[in-house]
Amino acid sequence: MTDTSQLQGDILAQIAAAASPDALEAVRVATMGKQGRVTLLLKTLGGMSPEERSLAGPAFNGLREAVAAALAAKKAALDEAALNAKLAAERQDMTLPVALPPTGSVHPVSQVMDELAEIFADLGFAVATGPEIEDDWHNFTALNIPEHHPARAMHDTFYIAGQPNKVLRTHTSPVQIRTMMGQKPPIRIIAPGRVYRSDSDATHTPMFHQIEGLVIDKGITLAHLRWTLETFIKAFFEVDDVALRFRPSYFPFTEPSVEVDVGYSSKTGKPAGAGQVDKWLEVLGSGMVHPRVIAACGLDPHEWQGFAFGTGVDRLAMLKYGLTDLRAFFDGDGKWLKHHGFSALDLPSISAGAAL
Amino acid sequence: MKFTLSWLKDHLDTAASVAEIADALTALGLEVEGIDNPADALGAFTIAHVLTATRHPQADKLQVLSVDTGAGTPVQVVCGAPNARAGMKGVFGAPGTFVPGSGITLKVAAIRGVESSGMMCSMRELELGQDHDGIIALPDDAPVGARYVDWAGLNDPVFDIAITPNRQECLGVIGIARDLAAAGVGTLKPRTIPAVAGSFPMPRPIAIEDAEGCPAFAGRVVRGLTNGPSPDWLQRRLRAVGLRPISALVDITNFLSIDSGRPLHVYDVARLTGGLTARRARAGETILALNGKTYTLDETMTVIADDAQVHDIGGIMGGEHSGCSETTTEVLIEAAYFTPERIGATGRTLGINSDARARFERGVDPEFVVPGLELATQLVLDLCGGEASDMIIAGQIPDTSRTIAYRPARVAGLAGLAVAEDDQQAILTRLGFDVERGDPWQVSVPPWRRDVDGEADLVEEVVRIHGLDRVPATPLPRAEGVAAPTATPLQRSQRRLRRALASRGLDEAITWSFLPPAHADAFGGAAFSLANPISADMAAMRPSLLPGLLSAAARNMDRGAASVRLFELGQRYLADAERPTAAILMAGEARGRDWRSGPATRPDALDAKAEALAALAALGAPVQRLQVVAPVDGWWHPGRAGRLVLGKQALADFGIIHPRTSTGFDVKGPVAAVELYLDALPPRSRKREAWTPSPLLPLSRDFAFVVDEHLPADSLIRAVAGADKALITAVNLFDRYAGPGVEAGKISLAVAITLQPTSATLTDAEIEAVSARVVTAAAKLGAVLRG
Repeated sequence: MTDTSQLQGDILAQIAAAASPDALEAVRVATMGKQGRVTLLLKTLGGMSPEERSLAGPAFNGLREAVAAALAAKKAALDEAALNAKLAAERQDMTLPVALPPTGSVHPVSQVMDELAEIFADLGFAVATGPEIEDDWHNFTALNIPEHHPARAMHDTFYIAGQPNKVLRTHTSPVQIRTMMGQKPPIRIIAPGRVYRSDSDATHTPMFHQIEGLVIDKGITLAHLRWTLETFIKAFFEVDDVALRFRPSYFPFTEPSVEVDVGYSSKTGKPAGAGQVDKWLEVLGSGMVHPRVIAACGLDPHEWQGFAFGTGVDRLAMLKYGLTDLRAFFDGDGKWLKHHGFSALDLPSISAGAAL
Repeated sequence: MKFTLSWLKDHLDTAASVAEIADALTALGLEVEGIDNPADALGAFTIAHVLTATRHPQADKLQVLSVDTGAGTPVQVVCGAPNARAGMKGVFGAPGTFVPGSGITLKVAAIRGVESSGMMCSMRELELGQDHDGIIALPDDAPVGARYVDWAGLNDPVFDIAITPNRQECLGVIGIARDLAAAGVGTLKPRTIPAVAGSFPMPRPIAIEDAEGCPAFAGRVVRGLTNGPSPDWLQRRLRAVGLRPISALVDITNFLSIDSGRPLHVYDVARLTGGLTARRARAGETILALNGKTYTLDETMTVIADDAQVHDIGGIMGGEHSGCSETTTEVLIEAAYFTPERIGATGRTLGINSDARARFERGVDPEFVVPGLELATQLVLDLCGGEASDMIIAGQIPDTSRTIAYRPARVAGLAGLAVAEDDQQAILTRLGFDVERGDPWQVSVPPWRRDVDGEADLVEEVVRIHGLDRVPATPLPRAEGVAAPTATPLQRSQRRLRRALASRGLDEAITWSFLPPAHADAFGGAAFSLANPISADMAAMRPSLLPGLLSAAARNMDRGAASVRLFELGQRYLADAERPTAAILMAGEARGRDWRSGPATRPDALDAKAEALAALAALGAPVQRLQVVAPVDGWWHPGRAGRLVLGKQALADFGIIHPRTSTGFDVKGPVAAVELYLDALPPRSRKREAWTPSPLLPLSRDFAFVVDEHLPADSLIRAVAGADKALITAVNLFDRYAGPGVEAGKISLAVAITLQPTSATLTDAEIEAVSARVVTAAAKLGAVLRG
């Protein structure tokens, strides 16, 4: 018995000392292999008497199980060590920089137009469009600006060479005419787009963007205009309250005509309610659509009336997003566009906030 | 329109402050653009008495003055003015005072060794005139120590207001006063128009040949007059509103133009040959106008001429020849009515913007022709002496009287504002309208309100005076339920495309719609050009979005950008229509050098193709059915560009811009670009085929073919895909090889086909059969299966 336990001690020591899978395999062959010491020892059981076997059997089998278990455990430990060594060798520098795909951007003017479309869609306004090279009837005459009217000269109009009745539209108002002629009231539209004036200085560019609003229905008044503009300004600038100032003005296509100033707080840098206003921004021109304009579109001005308003989209973008140089809008400078533009994912929506 | 507070008070009795008046003006639609009080800049200057004047010991041209400023001990002032003398009174600036005309702040200083504590000022130094020959000499009774601005009547705020084209009557101070009075800011002072009796018959005949351009012409002569400088009060007023005093006669006409909105003209009778006639100009006739420029006239223009020549571009500008001078002793005063439309056309043609044009073009009060002439005559007699002839009037004063049927309920109906009927009547009456109440009211329009011709105009007047800002806010009726979608299919496409492109790392630019003509010519030429561009470089309406992006790319690269990735959505202006278009441009580095990917790469034509297909896919175009054909337009690289067509419809062009074109825009290196024709896209289908997943596993087989190197890869892929349309669901080109093992002039193209069994797992024989069909189909293109 002493021999068995001594043998077990020897073998386990050899297993423990095996430093590599090969060394361990050598120990396994030398012990559990066909000619291994444990195998040979077990074979001796066959030549024993029953008494001897009943004593030696459990001892030999105990030895075999102990050795097998030790071999398995050692193998697992060596495998683990080998894997650890392999993984350690595979180490990479996780601080190395990775190149990201280029980031793109949506122009602030487009973003603001999407915001406006979203806000006005909620108020039931569809988006209407019209040509930029317009005939003078739609751009002027139908809008109650006859040929020799001083207001026509005030528009700084670009004319098309060789086509005296074609102009670059000076405002989005001809879309009013096209809409009223093309569909039956009630009408609620906004018409955003490029417009052109022969004017160029620090705050004017010969091309800019306007948005026009038009409501034609029964019983529409300036009071509806005021509510609509208040609602729009509050939503667009994300403020709870806004003070508007209505001033008499003159647009040939509206009567009465209203210049709308938006109350502004220098402290918050946003439009504000009456208590917070410290300056007024001239932002919108508006009024009740002139009966002659309604009649020019083939509608009965005794039956239908409504309001129209217009404002500069670029200016709205500048006010809302703190942009200063209008000329940069049209320069296509990649740095400027990335800095002031918007992510493709910043899609304005009513639930996420029309403005982001 | 500029006027001073004191001028306003000639017509308006009011105790309102400057700020109250300014607020009222803005609320009335007479927008205040500025208020300037000269006293603000000159308030520190005082009236001083020169006690003694002695020669400067070191300088012949300087004197040393002892000046009593009224503040105790006299001060010593060194002065270079030749007119400085003991006993005179002048305007003194103490040390510390800013002198606006010279831009300096006075300080105590030694001038050639003599200390000087202040300055005696000239007109120019105070910006009150051009005179700099000497210091201002004041009358002996000027009070020493008083503020000069108060004594001189300069403490008179100047209002500058913007007048909209419909408010012609507010181009006269009296019109502004009437508006303010209507709004309750004081009361309008009644004005009596003198009736000057003639003491001799009008010596010069007046005739009208062009009654359309000049329906009425009143005139009279004043003889025996003296035309010197006008009095101080008049000069001061004119200067305050930015006009230069010239002589009493000219100043009188300018005064009445601003005071009453009534332009007039005075002719030196000695320079006239015979009488005056209002007629059309003859083509080619010229006039040297009072602005020193010579204008060539044509027969669309109304002029005032004598028997020899044209003396006046009617209602716009007088002529130099018969202009008044200090030698003038006899004048003919003209008060005429010119037709607004004609004035506007003539003014535009000649490019003259005069005060007279501004008034006649908007329409002056026709019934003020004679009163205006009477006022002018009286002023001439008062300021220049002489005696007046009878007045004669040629033609007919136009009758503009009209009555508007008015329903006071329309104020609430249009403006949403409640104004009591009595208040409405009072407002209209104060504005000069004549109201006869009834059902409806009959409202007569005063002759100075040419703009008012309908009920809505009267509503505007009532609301304007009552207070437009009092209009309440009333919600628009809202449709039931969630707001319905409003965007059109094109709008949806554009929004979708914009964000798809931005998400692919492209920056959205907005470039000018107009181009330098050469840039348009490089892209087929402009169908439309501007007759009056802001500069020659902004004259041609763009036929393509690419030139604008190329110019932007050049600017970006000039600023050191390594990579340019831009897109734009906008219109191309073609002869038949404006076409919604998108363009993409990639220049510089496509990929920067990087430790993983190696050296930087340039964008190539297939990068452009990838962007084009990605964009088209985002728009729902059937990209699998698109074919690539050769580019049509010469601005593309002939071998590295293509056109994507659906059937015969071109949806997009892509590729490398022709190097001659891109270098013409100063862009270096290859430029990959796409132009996408949004109006050519088929409508996006939202329908999807039924979901029929197969339980059977797909399998893949590879084939390598040797083909002619010029064979378009696409034709091989299509041929392979067409070999068994039921089973082959995808063909993927995974290798393209030329070199050892493949004979010269040939390439090896390797494709993997995906077979999707439909009813049962494919047998080896079936797979073999499909493979054989693939090889046969490819063979028709000359493709040989690579051994």
